[in-house]
Amino acid sequence: MSKARFDVKSYPGFVQLTVLCLLILYLPLMVVAVYSFNASASIVNWEGFSLRWYADVFTGPESAKFKLAARNSFVIAIIAATVATAIATLAATAMIRGGKFRLRVLSLGLISLPLMVPEIVTAVATLIFFNSIGFERGLLTILLAHIAFCIPFAYLPISARMQGIEDTYEQAALDLYATKRQAFTRILLPLMMPGIVSGYLLAFIISLDDFIITNFVKGAGVETLPTAIFGAVKQGLKPNIMAISTMLVGFSIIMVTVSYFVGKKDN
Amino acid sequence: MSDGTVHAIDVRNAVKRYGTFTALKSVSLSIKDNEFFTLLGPSGCGKTTLLRMIAGFEDVTEGEIFLFGDEIEKLPPNRRPVNTVFQNYALFPHMSVLENVGFGLEMLGRGKAEARKRAGEILEMVQLSQFSGRKPSQLSGGQQQRVALARALAPQPKVLLLDEPLSALDLKLRKAMQLELKHLQRETGITFIFVTHDQEEALTMSDRIAVMSAGEMQQLGAARDIYERPENRFVADFIGETNLINVIVKSKDGNRVLCGFENGLTLTCDAVPGIDVGQSGHMSIRPERMKLQQEQVEAENFRGTVIENVYVGTDVQSIIGLDGGMRLTVRTQNSDRGKARIFEPGSDVFVDVEFGSARLLAN
Repeated sequence: MSKARFDVKSYPGFVQLTVLCLLILYLPLMVVAVYSFNASASIVNWEGFSLRWYADVFTGPESAKFKLAARNSFVIAIIAATVATAIATLAATAMIRGGKFRLRVLSLGLISLPLMVPEIVTAVATLIFFNSIGFERGLLTILLAHIAFCIPFAYLPISARMQGIEDTYEQAALDLYATKRQAFTRILLPLMMPGIVSGYLLAFIISLDDFIITNFVKGAGVETLPTAIFGAVKQGLKPNIMAISTMLVGFSIIMVTVSYFVGKKDN
Repeated sequence: MSDGTVHAIDVRNAVKRYGTFTALKSVSLSIKDNEFFTLLGPSGCGKTTLLRMIAGFEDVTEGEIFLFGDEIEKLPPNRRPVNTVFQNYALFPHMSVLENVGFGLEMLGRGKAEARKRAGEILEMVQLSQFSGRKPSQLSGGQQQRVALARALAPQPKVLLLDEPLSALDLKLRKAMQLELKHLQRETGITFIFVTHDQEEALTMSDRIAVMSAGEMQQLGAARDIYERPENRFVADFIGETNLINVIVKSKDGNRVLCGFENGLTLTCDAVPGIDVGQSGHMSIRPERMKLQQEQVEAENFRGTVIENVYVGTDVQSIIGLDGGMRLTVRTQNSDRGKARIFEPGSDVFVDVEFGSARLLAN
């Protein structure tokens, strides 16, 4: 009984507050998901269940545009997440296994600063940068920008994982005649793997969902899925946008779930 | 090296400094081949630092370390034919027991098949064959300890280093492992260097012990020497229990000296170099080397009163208040067969110090 006093469930209004928070967070998404299955073209009147808008996404008049945008988005997300994760892994190794070096705290700040800078500022800054060096805007500018802003997102789970790995494992490997390279590839890297996979998936989702920075640095006529959706919405809101959005949310949920379970594994 | 034999480990004037802090102040010692050698001392005495210097995890600030005659202090750990059993075992969690034990041989380039075969043999030796497919996290603490031991022994190191490997085990298991380690050392013929802060563990297992304190070696010798002939106050106090008494040397007769206590009592003991007549020092008398009796038998028996008896299972510890206001702890074995008798608190008794067991120590 004495335990129950510290249980938040016993506080008055707990259930009501929880339900309210969940509603505020998820009601808009639920509306979008439900109306993506609407049989009519209306986005407010329910006229029965149908998959016509999902079919429209893949075969309708705008399908070619969406397919190209989706391909761009996935290619960029895969490459950006891969490069960002590799850089973040090296950064985490340096920060956590580098001992005490000068400017360590500053380096840590620099890695995580992009998380706190408003995205619009990063977007404008990136655009100015590309302009000032005369870099022509297109798919490559999007990719470079995505690699840069994905690094801190990949860094967080990797460094969190690495902090929990005692350096006696590498000492034991060296003691057992492994070279430094072998100690890294045979011992440290496998132990870091759950953090690396988690960081990769997070970077992937962040890249896939990004709108603001992408919209600034993309070339004319080059679209990713979020900018294509935004362009289509400007022409008028149709349920096919809801179908795409629902699929994107579903994909993100799957990725985050996988990331969660991988991160939890053998801990 | 002057006697012509090659030692397993020769540490010469080894110094370790971290910035302005000196962790090890010029330590020299020689460890014989096939010896169970223990570095003993309280935490922060430098024993682990010295072990890690031999393993190669710490740089040597000054001095040299030789392994069977070869200078090794500049080699990286993977080029030194010594292996370590770590305090927290450091078993690789993503590998099976068999892979863990075979890792060293694999890194030495013996091939996966041979590494596995040899790992299997070693696991048999420590009776863990049936667990070879498991992950370390699926084993008990004692089993993990044996895997760590097997992993360090598998590459057949010239010297095995053990960094307080038993400290995480409960008392019963620790006692069993102490004997197992000792047998393993005899069987393999490998030189063991064992680090511990537990003096009882050190006395049980070691051929020789180096007692360390504050980065310096205090005494090096066989277990019996360390216990019965401590060379200074620190060693006498750290190893086992003892009564330490401030004394002044009153007179000298051959190699015996007469020591006076602060309460006026006197006791003769063997002279030691460094303390002359008129100088002060300490006297160490072990509680089990004294006997309580009703009558005065010797001239140097002390008269006193039993203040308190503390029952400690095998023995009874009696606190004796001597005439003149000094206290001694006397241990009496709990056995009807023993000649010594246990006196009730309040009884008047005489304390008889066994001949030759009082030890004079320099300040």
